[in-house]
Amino acid sequence: MADVIERIESAIKENKVMIFMKGDRIFPQCGFSAATVAIFEELGVPFATADVLSDPELREAIKRYSNWPTIPQVYIGGKFVGGCDIIRELHESGELEPMVKAALGATANQ
Amino acid sequence: MIARGIPDAQVEVRDYTGGGDHFEALVVSPSFEGKGLVERHQLVYQALGDAMRAQVHALTLKTLTPAQYQNRR
Repeated sequence: MADVIERIESAIKENKVMIFMKGDRIFPQCGFSAATVAIFEELGVPFATADVLSDPELREAIKRYSNWPTIPQVYIGGKFVGGCDIIRELHESGELEPMVKAALGATANQ
Repeated sequence: MIARGIPDAQVEVRDYTGGGDHFEALVVSPSFEGKGLVERHQLVYQALGDAMRAQVHALTLKTLTPAQYQNRR
């Protein structure tokens, strides 16, 4: 159990945009995961994904870790930002891109 | 169900596949005032409780304060 938490924490620390999803970026296994990935592809920013379908332990752990019942889950700059609806809403309002750029910029300056 | 868990909430739910497990909900409540999207959605998930795990496969959520709802019309 502690192990999987460590994996989550290192994933969200090492990847400025980290998406816990069903499937992967090439073959998303759920419409909501696909829509979320599509938004980050459109922004053209680097992001990493983890497939919860191939990892049941991760699937349960991430729900508890974020206090969030659904997949996908997006972390930006180590912070939980939301699922598909929130990402879509932030993208439509134009808030998502600056948020991602700020997180990516923070790494570049280190 | 959402309305029971969040006092003063106006809720519109649509079952968009007709199968009883894919829903779309618009929730308008003054209790969202001053809260971020994550907190608002967490309130709704909390109100749904076990049903969220057991029955609901997909839920598309839109959470607005009454003022935001007015601006939208």
